[in-house]
Amino acid sequence: MRLAISNGRVIDPAQNIDQISNLYLSRGKIAGIGEQSPEGFSADKEIDATGKWILPGLVDLQARLGEPGSHYAGSIASETKAAVAGGITSICCPPDTAPVNDSQAVTELLQRRARQAATAFVMPIGALTQALKGERLSSIYALKQAGCVALSQANQPIQNALTLKNALEYTASHDIVVMLRCEDSQLKNQGVAHSGMVSTRMGLPEIPPSAETSALARDLILVEETGIRAHFSQLSCARSVEMIADAKKRGLPITCDVAIHQLHLTEMDVLGFNSLFHVTPPLRSMQDREALLNGLKTGVIDAIVSDHTPIHKDDKLLPFGESLPGISGLETLLPLLLKLVNDYGLDLMTAIRSVTHNPASILGIHTGSLNQNQSADFCILDPNGYWTLDPEKMVSEGKNTPFKGWEFIGTIEQTFFQGRPVYRNPTLPK
Amino acid sequence: MIARLSSPNIQLNELGKLHHFLTLEGLKQHHLIEILDTTKSFINPNTNEIKKVPLLRGKSIMNLFFEPSTRTRTTFEIAEKRLSADISSLDIQTSATKKGESLLDTLWNLQAMQADMFVIRHAQSGAAQFFAQHVAPHVHVLNAGDGQHAHPTQAMLDMFTIRKHKGDIFDLKIAIVGDVLHSRVVRSQIQALSILEAREIRVVGPKTLMPENPEALGVHIYHDMEEGIAGVDVIIMVRLQNERMTSALIPSEKEFFKLYGLTEERLALAKPDAIVMHPGPINRGVEIESMVADGSQSVILEQVTYGIAVRMAVMSIIMSNAAQLSQYKAEQVAQTEQDRLQEENA
Repeated sequence: MRLAISNGRVIDPAQNIDQISNLYLSRGKIAGIGEQSPEGFSADKEIDATGKWILPGLVDLQARLGEPGSHYAGSIASETKAAVAGGITSICCPPDTAPVNDSQAVTELLQRRARQAATAFVMPIGALTQALKGERLSSIYALKQAGCVALSQANQPIQNALTLKNALEYTASHDIVVMLRCEDSQLKNQGVAHSGMVSTRMGLPEIPPSAETSALARDLILVEETGIRAHFSQLSCARSVEMIADAKKRGLPITCDVAIHQLHLTEMDVLGFNSLFHVTPPLRSMQDREALLNGLKTGVIDAIVSDHTPIHKDDKLLPFGESLPGISGLETLLPLLLKLVNDYGLDLMTAIRSVTHNPASILGIHTGSLNQNQSADFCILDPNGYWTLDPEKMVSEGKNTPFKGWEFIGTIEQTFFQGRPVYRNPTLPK
Repeated sequence: MIARLSSPNIQLNELGKLHHFLTLEGLKQHHLIEILDTTKSFINPNTNEIKKVPLLRGKSIMNLFFEPSTRTRTTFEIAEKRLSADISSLDIQTSATKKGESLLDTLWNLQAMQADMFVIRHAQSGAAQFFAQHVAPHVHVLNAGDGQHAHPTQAMLDMFTIRKHKGDIFDLKIAIVGDVLHSRVVRSQIQALSILEAREIRVVGPKTLMPENPEALGVHIYHDMEEGIAGVDVIIMVRLQNERMTSALIPSEKEFFKLYGLTEERLALAKPDAIVMHPGPINRGVEIESMVADGSQSVILEQVTYGIAVRMAVMSIIMSNAAQLSQYKAEQVAQTEQDRLQEENA
């Protein structure tokens, strides 16, 4: 099947392209971009994309897919469908599954299920330590061989500094990125909300910024000492952005990401005890939010993730502190990012790069671009499409979104994965 | 920032009157004054005795205690009996791992047993509001303490006690001493005092037990006890819990007493007619010297008595508001019907 997508605005940060052009596909791969079709190319079908944007399929560094285990809602089949409805075609799933992805068997199970679903590219992240307990190392070589693209501790950071140092040192010789989320569990002290004006008023147990920054300081020193390529996940504090900027200036081989909801929501949203706003790390102050957004603009923050966590209704129907933290975020990643472009002066190229080329480079994979001969993963977006989020209409099994009723400009019309259409917006005419 | 409206005050009904009693935040002065005045009507001014009245006859009240309590629970039960309500009390052992479905199922099951009002104590901040959001529209929720968030009836009985001894609150300086950070009682006291426009609210204690953002509460922080209570009209001592020592927030009871214990010498720094309060149970020799606790300026035991009357007041106000609302709605229906008939005739 040869396909030509014509007259769209093709945006590909990997090649620094932003122009009205045609995109040509052949046998599931990108055949080229340009006014003229590649030599010998004749399209079997043409899609007119006049007035539309063509973006590389998004790469999400953190999305829970509900499998294996019943802890979270959804399945690989349902959540990859949700991903492509959000324009995301490559997904890293963290190891906090049940059982934990600390073995070849679980990694292979995830890959098999993803192949059966055939909707998006699923990249398992292996557990750095067995059962994520932070004690004994997982079989890192075996996990890498099985296809894990990175290692992490998900939301259970290693507390013992010696264990972390050993884990990093051992991993350093395996050429695989380690993703670290920084949190000192003692400073967190069972807190559920940012320590600030709101937690003081509401009497919610507090998580001080130092729970993140002091762990980040320790981790940066160990990363420097071991020389490992590290990626810092889901930063939430202004001070963390400064620390990452300093470390990058010093030449450390590090990158970092922020969850998209941290760029829109703050501690103020927790007033009213709505458990949909219960997330890890917690929503922080306005100043923190500003600093994170600024970090994205200046390039200190490399990637934006959905931190998708589909949660059963019953696990949110609890008092704030007892509810499971997390947001069902696959379908709002790109819309919320475009909102930052429309409303907060974020450069479009920087925005798209943070969810395509940058996360792909962090993993050392080739998706997230429209380069010739790469898998034809992309989406077609109507930049003027207006819509309002209705959780009940979300594709994900997790309807836990705090963005109910938010208005967005920019509709994802179609998503292609390996050259095949995998999503078509139900509002489009047949 | 996108402007987002804060959630509406779910404890008020369409007429702006109390439907639930969850927190003092967001209430107006007239709500508090109504509670204080009603409380007064339940107490015999000469004997301090509390009358038994038939105001809640035929109403069913369930006390749900997800967290152990003796004092608050007992005063609630006595208050309910004096209002002639049918009562049942349940200790519900709950674990954080329990599914929400079963938590709400518990509530709905009890609601199906014809409950008109739930009195709820729970270890999670915001729990009372959570239950209020999920009960049937005709059922009322009364917060008997949720996590570190609020304990509004306790604060109201403290206001009653202050008002009884000192008259209007707006001219008073009040010092609250001890563990402010972890206390739901203090949070509610501060809100009550703010709504009643107290002249000055001070909180006194070591930095580890003070909120990091006092401006969020509208209080002045003192780390020095002598300075903090100098010239005040009311001193409220707060109970110090053992776990504050084990979590390294303060070194020892002995050191706490040396720095913040209320002794006769320190009490002399306050106004000569200052009163001493404590929500109980008191730790003699930790927060307060026995001489002071039992002394002439102490009103600690009175507080307990008033606690019954205040809870009677809140429950009877809520039930009479409900009656008023249904009458109002019935009148509206009648009015609409009348209008319709008039239109037809015309």
